[in-house]
Amino acid sequence: MSAASDETGKKLGMWLFLYTEIILFGGLFVLYAVYFHKYTDDFILAGKELNKYFGIINTIILLVSSFAVAASISAVQKNEKKTAVSALSFSLLCGLVFLINKYFEWSHKIDLGIYPNSEKLIDLPAGQNMFFGLYYIVTGLHGIHIIIGMTLLMVSLVLVQKEKINHSKFTLLENSGLYWHLVDLIWIFVFPLFYLVI
Amino acid sequence: MQNNNQPHIMKYKTQALILLCLILLTGVTVGVSFIDLGAFNIWIALFIASVKGSLVLMFFMHLKYESKVLIFSFLGTIFFLFILISFIFWDVAFR
Repeated sequence: MSAASDETGKKLGMWLFLYTEIILFGGLFVLYAVYFHKYTDDFILAGKELNKYFGIINTIILLVSSFAVAASISAVQKNEKKTAVSALSFSLLCGLVFLINKYFEWSHKIDLGIYPNSEKLIDLPAGQNMFFGLYYIVTGLHGIHIIIGMTLLMVSLVLVQKEKINHSKFTLLENSGLYWHLVDLIWIFVFPLFYLVI
Repeated sequence: MQNNNQPHIMKYKTQALILLCLILLTGVTVGVSFIDLGAFNIWIALFIASVKGSLVLMFFMHLKYESKVLIFSFLGTIFFLFILISFIFWDVAFR
């Protein structure tokens, strides 16, 4: 009985942490909304620089990887170790592809002279500078979350392999999964705000 | 969580169906973005994003099957986020 309530406590703890993450990114979205309200035309002009297709591909990659993580949890619960291992490896691969896409996207921007404090941005109207500043902060912070999420998933993968995570003990995998889904959840809002709306 | 220790196991089929819905909704939101509806574009995009977010939260993050403590604490967070957003806009809009 004590063991069962302990697992619930671990999960509640993870959720409490996720709430702080929601407020963290919520604050950045508020910043975006306020400056969008103030510099609507500049945001629309600057947003045209972003490539929709990069955004679409990365959205689908994250959705699929979220599905794979959710499936790996079901697999562990059903005692299907092989399925769990391949689902987790696949979602790790998705995370890696996401980061590679982000690398190409950012380096293209940097080649065009668009990066924080670049001469080109300083000469542009304040609103466009603000848009790209927010773009780098939000996608950068999100990218760091991807790296942390991948680390957690990697640890879980090793433990599943060693059967330290099994059908009767899988809270670590569940919590890593929750983190990964949160990263996906944030991207679901980042994608339309930066790539589509404008 | 009610008086049994048996965890709720999601079916692969349900999860695949949710993934399909999420990808379809991504298609819809991209499609709508090519049509110029003025300010409505933002609201439609945010609405679709909220639907997608809810699907992820309820099924992938399992919130639909969790205890009341988790569900209410989550709603509490969303409530505070709402206060954060609405009070700042209250200020910005009437400045």
